[in-house]
Amino acid sequence: MSVRSTLLRRVVATAALSMALGSTPAFSADRELLNASYDIARELFAELNPQFIEQWQKEHNESVEIKQTHAGSSTQARAILQGLRADVVTFNQVTDVDVLAQKGQLIPADWQSRLPNYSSPYYSTMAFLVRKGNPKNIHGWSDLAGDDVALVFPNPKTSGNGRYTYLAAWAASNHDNGDDEAATRDYMKKMLGNVEVFDTGGRGATTTFAERGIGDVLITFESEANNIRNQYGPDDYEVVVPPVDIMAEFPVTWVDKNVERNGTEDLAKGYLEYLYSPEAQRTLAQYYYRVNDDEISDEFAERFPQTTLLRIEDAFGSWGNVMQTHFASGGELDQLQRR
Amino acid sequence: MSARAARVLPGFSLSLGVTLLFVSLILLLPMTSLIGQLSTLSWSQYWAAITDPRLIASYRVTIGAALAASLFNALFGLLMAWVLARYTFPGKRLLDALMDLPFALPTAVAGITLATLYSRNGAVGSLLAPLGIEVAYTWLGIALAMAFTSVPFVVRTVQPVLEDLPGQADEAALTLGASNLYAFRRVILPHIWPAVVTGTGLSFARSLGEFGAVIFIAGNMPYRTEVVSLMMATRLEEYDYAGAAAIASLVMLVSLLLLLAINLWQGRFYRHLHGGRH
Repeated sequence: MSVRSTLLRRVVATAALSMALGSTPAFSADRELLNASYDIARELFAELNPQFIEQWQKEHNESVEIKQTHAGSSTQARAILQGLRADVVTFNQVTDVDVLAQKGQLIPADWQSRLPNYSSPYYSTMAFLVRKGNPKNIHGWSDLAGDDVALVFPNPKTSGNGRYTYLAAWAASNHDNGDDEAATRDYMKKMLGNVEVFDTGGRGATTTFAERGIGDVLITFESEANNIRNQYGPDDYEVVVPPVDIMAEFPVTWVDKNVERNGTEDLAKGYLEYLYSPEAQRTLAQYYYRVNDDEISDEFAERFPQTTLLRIEDAFGSWGNVMQTHFASGGELDQLQRR
Repeated sequence: MSARAARVLPGFSLSLGVTLLFVSLILLLPMTSLIGQLSTLSWSQYWAAITDPRLIASYRVTIGAALAASLFNALFGLLMAWVLARYTFPGKRLLDALMDLPFALPTAVAGITLATLYSRNGAVGSLLAPLGIEVAYTWLGIALAMAFTSVPFVVRTVQPVLEDLPGQADEAALTLGASNLYAFRRVILPHIWPAVVTGTGLSFARSLGEFGAVIFIAGNMPYRTEVVSLMMATRLEEYDYAGAAAIASLVMLVSLLLLLAINLWQGRFYRHLHGGRH
């Protein structure tokens, strides 16, 4: 299929978007910026955007409006390929940005080198949310394959969150047993067999675990786990960060073709660069995202337990390789789940 | 259109034109793009795309649950239609309006509500759990969600037919010495049978493709509680548009054949019933 957007697709995308955006504020801004983001970032950007708007107003004497749309990041990538004119993307998976370069030629292939830290202003890792007192004694990835442990995490086939969980388990197992692939496969089979419900997205899994009381362990981003614990009651849940874990990057970039058309290139770059500023990094840390700013990291050090973080590129070669060998139809995940 | 008969609305060519335009826009155009996607596949790729073992397991789950749901709806829907058509009671209008609620309610809301009610700690689920019956995140939950979203199909097809059938028909049968069962079987049922079958068929076809309501209560475990619509969503997540289109084409074909078969059978049925006049 040609990815170049036809008029119809753009109309459909715009209609879908205007529904997703809902209400618009009463004031009219000089310029608008559309940020297509992942599912669980609503609260985060609701806090970051006003800070940026204020700063931009001060420095450039221009009032701007930031519009947000949230969905699974591959759903967002598909919408942009089909004509959604997002100026910037803030995703939770590198492949979903890559696809904008490969399938849409909307951004250059080397987009990761345009901003610091591989264009990832913040990062996280996977954490375990367990019930009070940690009754099943869950401390590391190997504990998840126990005989009497019920797990909840989103489906790796439909969720970036679930993919990170799968990859973290695989990488940690390989790390512990010295790259014994057969042992890792055995472990993965058991671990996947312990899953009680495969929701399609991160928030769905949260609901299943917290509201429906299903499962002993919810595996999700450290940031999400902490925020859930705070929201549902610090007395009912504990957050466990395993000693070996995966580095989950949250890549951002401006969409060149779209900012060109919308005349928002400087604004888009300014917005993304703002995410690296100390104020924004502090807000991110307050939402339990790990940041690279040393001062802010130190300030929030007690929030983030020490852990060995493996990068996807080091543990698996590349994201392209990961998607091909693990998540494609008939790939490693399908093999592991085959009965 | 040889004789110019008087019509309430003028302009045959205009109204037909508008109709065709709309059919093209909302039906044919999307279908064309589906076929466009399919054309990127060779026959062997297409075959491989629709015969993946995990996918076949999801056919089994979906068809089984849809069958259970539509049979349940055939019985329950018939009962509801009977009550609404044959009796007057306080709150009847309200009940009548409530019947359409599953159509009006966003399916995701239905799914989440059902999952909340029927999960182990839910209002209904906590009563069933001691009996060893689990509904949410099992096959039963899928059937429940399908039944909920498609029951109006049966009620709304059977109800007007029942209302057309005068109450005197069964009274006459009874005065002629028929038993209650006999009167129902030989007088009422033949009359409403096509409507029941149509409603059940529509309910089944709708259940085959249901996504929003099912996904929240299904559990989505590979080989056990994955439905076909989830498999399509999965293909899209992989940016495998052609694979998703292949599965979609199969579901569409099955639904289309089913509806066509019901239509043909209905035509024959009425010819038979009315002695060739219809």
